[in-house]
Amino acid sequence: MADKTLYQKKIRLGDGLLKGSIYAAAALTFTVLLGLMGYLLVRGLPHISWGFLSHTYSETDPQQNGILPMLLNTLYVVGITVLIAGPVGIASAVYLTQYAKQGRFVAIVRFAAEVLSGIPSILFGLFGYTVFCQLLRLGTSLLAGCLTMALCVLPTLIRTTEEALLSVPRLYTQGAMALGAGKLRVILGILLPNAMPGILTALVLTMGRIVGESAALLFTAGMSYGMPRGVFSHAMESGRTLTLHLYQTAREAATPDAMNVAFGTAAVLLILIFLLNRIAWLLGKVLKKGES
Amino acid sequence: MLHKQEAGRQETVKIGMQGVHVYYGAYHALKGVEVAVPEKQVMAWIGPSGCGKSTCLKTINRMNDLVAGTRVTGTVTLDGEDVYDPRTDVTVLRRRAGMVFQKANPFPMSVYENVAYGPKIHGVRRRSQLDGVVEQSLRAAALWEEVKGRLKKPALGLSGGQQQRLCIARALAVQPEVLLMDEPTSALDPVSTLKIEELMHTLRKQYTVILVTHNLQQALRVADQTVFFLSGEVVESGSTKRLFESPRDDRTKRYLSGRFG
Ligand SMILES: Nc1ncnc2c1ncn2[C@@H]1O[C@H](COP(=O)(O)OP(=O)(O)O)[C@@H](O)[C@H]1O
Ligand SMILES: [Mg+2]
Repeated sequence: MADKTLYQKKIRLGDGLLKGSIYAAAALTFTVLLGLMGYLLVRGLPHISWGFLSHTYSETDPQQNGILPMLLNTLYVVGITVLIAGPVGIASAVYLTQYAKQGRFVAIVRFAAEVLSGIPSILFGLFGYTVFCQLLRLGTSLLAGCLTMALCVLPTLIRTTEEALLSVPRLYTQGAMALGAGKLRVILGILLPNAMPGILTALVLTMGRIVGESAALLFTAGMSYGMPRGVFSHAMESGRTLTLHLYQTAREAATPDAMNVAFGTAAVLLILIFLLNRIAWLLGKVLKKGES
Repeated sequence: MLHKQEAGRQETVKIGMQGVHVYYGAYHALKGVEVAVPEKQVMAWIGPSGCGKSTCLKTINRMNDLVAGTRVTGTVTLDGEDVYDPRTDVTVLRRRAGMVFQKANPFPMSVYENVAYGPKIHGVRRRSQLDGVVEQSLRAAALWEEVKGRLKKPALGLSGGQQQRLCIARALAVQPEVLLMDEPTSALDPVSTLKIEELMHTLRKQYTVILVTHNLQQALRVADQTVFFLSGEVVESGSTKRLFESPRDDRTKRYLSGRFG
């Protein structure tokens, strides 16, 4: 066919349809997501007050409808889980990328991590319950919950840390090796510092994941809403996190304004996760800038 | 160890390579290389890309160890001691034989920290001592005047030529005896290249330098000795003047006249 003009004469029907459906899908997704967040915030925010954040809770006393113990339990689980999973995850990633002979074994470990990061967290909950709560006799406790949570987040944490380690230019490690630096020194002095932005981002995103987790903690950390009495003794006590509180209040509707409590909790969760994502983003930006 | 030179002078051999073969998996990259590097001279290694110059250089400081599936046979000696002896401490070997890479690779740290890194890992802790080494090394790499006011600034902010001289300073800071330089100027502008070539003239007073280069003029300008590599073998070696003026091997003649490579 001999086209006499370069300019398009008509928009082809197929192109138009395709473009239209892509726009429609995007619009639908954004509307649903924004609508969801908007709804949660509209229903939840009015219920958030200083009293809500700083008071205790009771299923029998409607006057006590604060979420302080749940907030503390959530921070507790996040803190302890990261303390357990962080070092283990980083060490495993260093081992897999720097020490393990790249072959069958590493391939199997990677495959396992991939599978584990995809399985429903309730299975981790079941496993944690039988191993930590029963076999190791930790009972329903925050410690059992944290250990279960650590298992739950490790596969993803290892994979993201591995990526951070692999993204460090070989030129740097080579340069250090050529000066006679030993392997451990190169890992501690060059590799880890340079991978730190990626690792920290992974850790913060992991925190977000822990904040949002409920199924793995349901069987293991339990449902107690009592106020924590001490940092160490609390590890052996049962305690419900914000997500479990949301689940429980919405399900039981034990008090007249249970739904308000549930939505208030949901809004707090949303804000926490938003903040964590923001921090991860800022960390990535600030640390990246610092290196050049 | 003494080695008879063409000119009839006797010179100390700093690095010796006898029957060196390197395999990358099944690929035979070096096929029985014989080289004797005289002490405190600059020796240029020339040859077409892919002929094995970098591979050969890396057998000296055992950077090949880092590449999985690499096998080295034959003998490589530093001051007569076998580099591949099981008793060899690779850390000491690499301190004594420093390396400068084709692409300048300063660490993402300050200028000062880059130079101090080597001395620190080899146990220098005192601040005053480190300060001294840093200044001395930067001076030796002809960089001091340009960076003395910005020692705490990130090294990655320096120009390409400065970065490469910083890498030379970093290598000098651990007081090596040998400098292995793998096409150190191939990514640099002519002015920076000239600065580094001038530097070679002073370096040869104290160090044994192997300079891999694809720039024949550079070899002619700075090297006392030249070795011509082709397809994983040494075709010819000798004093630079002799090799360039009257090459004995026909392949050397053809390469020097730019007819292949
Ligand atoms: N890590 C490696 N794995 C496999 N082959 C390699 C590796 N490094 C280099 N080679 C091959 O060995 C030969 C020599 O490479 P090299 O020493 O880099 O040559 P030159 O420095 O002279 O350009 C080339 O054919 C190259 O493809
Ligand atoms: Mg090369």
